Amino acid sequence: MISVKNLVKKYDDFIAVQDLSFEVYENEIFGLLGPNGAGKTTTLEIIETLREKTSGEIIVDGLSVDKHPNAIKQLIGVQLQAAGYYPNLNLIELIELFAGLYGAKIKPMDMLEKVNLQDKAKAKYKALSGGQKQRFSIATTLINQPKIIFLDEPTTGLDPQARRNLWDLIIEIRNAGTTVVITTHYMDEAEQLCDRVAFVERGRIIAVDTPDNLIDQLINSGFERKKEVKKANLEDVFISMTGKEWRE
Amino acid sequence: MNDRNSGSALAGERPKAYSNTTATLALAKASFRSIMRSPSAVVFTLAFPLIFILVFGFLGGGGTRIDVGITPGSDINNPVISMLGKTGMIRLVKDKSKAEFDKLLEKGNVDAMVDIHKKVNTSAYSVNVVYTSASRDKGGILKSVLNNLFYDKTLKPTVAEIKERTVTGREYKTIDFILPGQLGFSLLSTGVFGTAFVFLSLRQTLVIKRFFATPVKRSSIVIGEGIARIGFALIGALFIILIGHFFFGFTLVHGVVTVINMLLLATMGIIVFMGFGFIISGIAKSESMVPPISNIVTLPQFLLSGTFFSIEAFPTWLQPISRALPLTYLNDAMRKVAFEGMGLWDVKFQIMILLIWGIVIYAVAVKVFKWE
Repeated sequence: MISVKNLVKKYDDFIAVQDLSFEVYENEIFGLLGPNGAGKTTTLEIIETLREKTSGEIIVDGLSVDKHPNAIKQLIGVQLQAAGYYPNLNLIELIELFAGLYGAKIKPMDMLEKVNLQDKAKAKYKALSGGQKQRFSIATTLINQPKIIFLDEPTTGLDPQARRNLWDLIIEIRNAGTTVVITTHYMDEAEQLCDRVAFVERGRIIAVDTPDNLIDQLINSGFERKKEVKKANLEDVFISMTGKEWRE
Repeated sequence: MNDRNSGSALAGERPKAYSNTTATLALAKASFRSIMRSPSAVVFTLAFPLIFILVFGFLGGGGTRIDVGITPGSDINNPVISMLGKTGMIRLVKDKSKAEFDKLLEKGNVDAMVDIHKKVNTSAYSVNVVYTSASRDKGGILKSVLNNLFYDKTLKPTVAEIKERTVTGREYKTIDFILPGQLGFSLLSTGVFGTAFVFLSLRQTLVIKRFFATPVKRSSIVIGEGIARIGFALIGALFIILIGHFFFGFTLVHGVVTVINMLLLATMGIIVFMGFGFIISGIAKSESMVPPISNIVTLPQFLLSGTFFSIEAFPTWLQPISRALPLTYLNDAMRKVAFEGMGLWDVKFQIMILLIWGIVIYAVAVKVFKWE
């Protein structure tokens, strides 16, 4: 679905991405993992045609980012890290705006229903909670019925309930036939959500595989956790005590 | 989400069907809604100019009170004067010297003068009326009031003749001067502040970046935003003109045609002023930098472009600066069109200056404007 070969991005004084290659398969949830400043966002934005690359080759659904940036924009949905929305408009009006920008004929309310925000139709984006904001952002990525959606740290700053709620939404979207590319700092999230992950470190890919395989490889190399692994973790305790129900 | 597959199947055709016009209009609609809900836009475009118009409108003697001066030496105890007093519209001004009255008449502070004398050897009176061109409309009202009075049965036998004359006073009413200036100020602030704030905040909050992830063209973003702002400014302008006309007697020589000409001038003005806004949004590094830079652009024009006072009233060394500013020419053209009834071709010189400003500003804007 996406093929990135030898991608390089140089800024004036430093190299953000150096010789990075990976592939994303159709209908999978692909995770780009790595510390801050590793080049995840830069890589995503180059694939999304928002940034020029220095060199390398990127093919999205058979289209080259160099030759067909507009055709690619038509078939992808993009959620940016920390992007805002047009001021003073309510959610319905924002969806209408994006429908116009994409040239898509959709019913705004349907889009809000997909992310369970129909009750907030007349609310302003600013008035939403963190989890609602992220779900709304995801709704805007679905307007043009994309083949691939890109989510840049969608769960950062959310509470455990909102985070799990968003995982469900992302899995739902994938099950409906959309390929998902996601970045995150949370390894538990990647482990539960992603079919395959790539580790990015200093602008290079240091590993690409399924979470299971990566874990097995480490164990096979003789790694052992210092603390014995229990059958539940603290988050499980938190969720079981505070409930799965999501607070607005 | 069930129709996702059919949607994907159409994906190859979608780029062809993509309409830049739809995208531009969607943006214009969104932007217009946003502007209408933005308190600062409404305050700067409508409230401020209207407050100034209200203040000056009342200062300039709005309403239908007619001030009629009694010429010193005139007979005061006669039926004509008492009938005039009874109409309720007319305020008689007495006890001023001839020289004072002449000045007041010239400025239009007194709308007319009457001088009444008993004709020698008869019981009839001779009424001498002097109108002023500074206040033609009120002179007209007085004229019809007088005519009515003299056809009044009780008065008729006592009045022998009415002599009328009009003096040439100042060209027009306060509102005729103030309103075009306020209109220009409204266009200037909407164009400069509005555009600068919107593009800076869209850039900083990554709204524009998110737009770039859609197939929309940059030109659509600028044009859509422009349409919304021009539309908003013209609605504001129309509002100001109509309030001025119906409540304060703002002169529109050719009625609707004059209004249309004024709106066309307003469009040219707002486009030029938006150029300043584009430049400021490019230069400013944060929202707090927008007001000071915008004020550098708007304040001198506000003060020096004949918004409140005629440029001729400024010291000579200041006048060349006034004559360099675009608002000066917009104000000038507006006044000529509204009060003197000129067409757009008659103010081509002013339009040309605006055009030159437009070219220069947009040349700079293209250089300094930032998308991200």
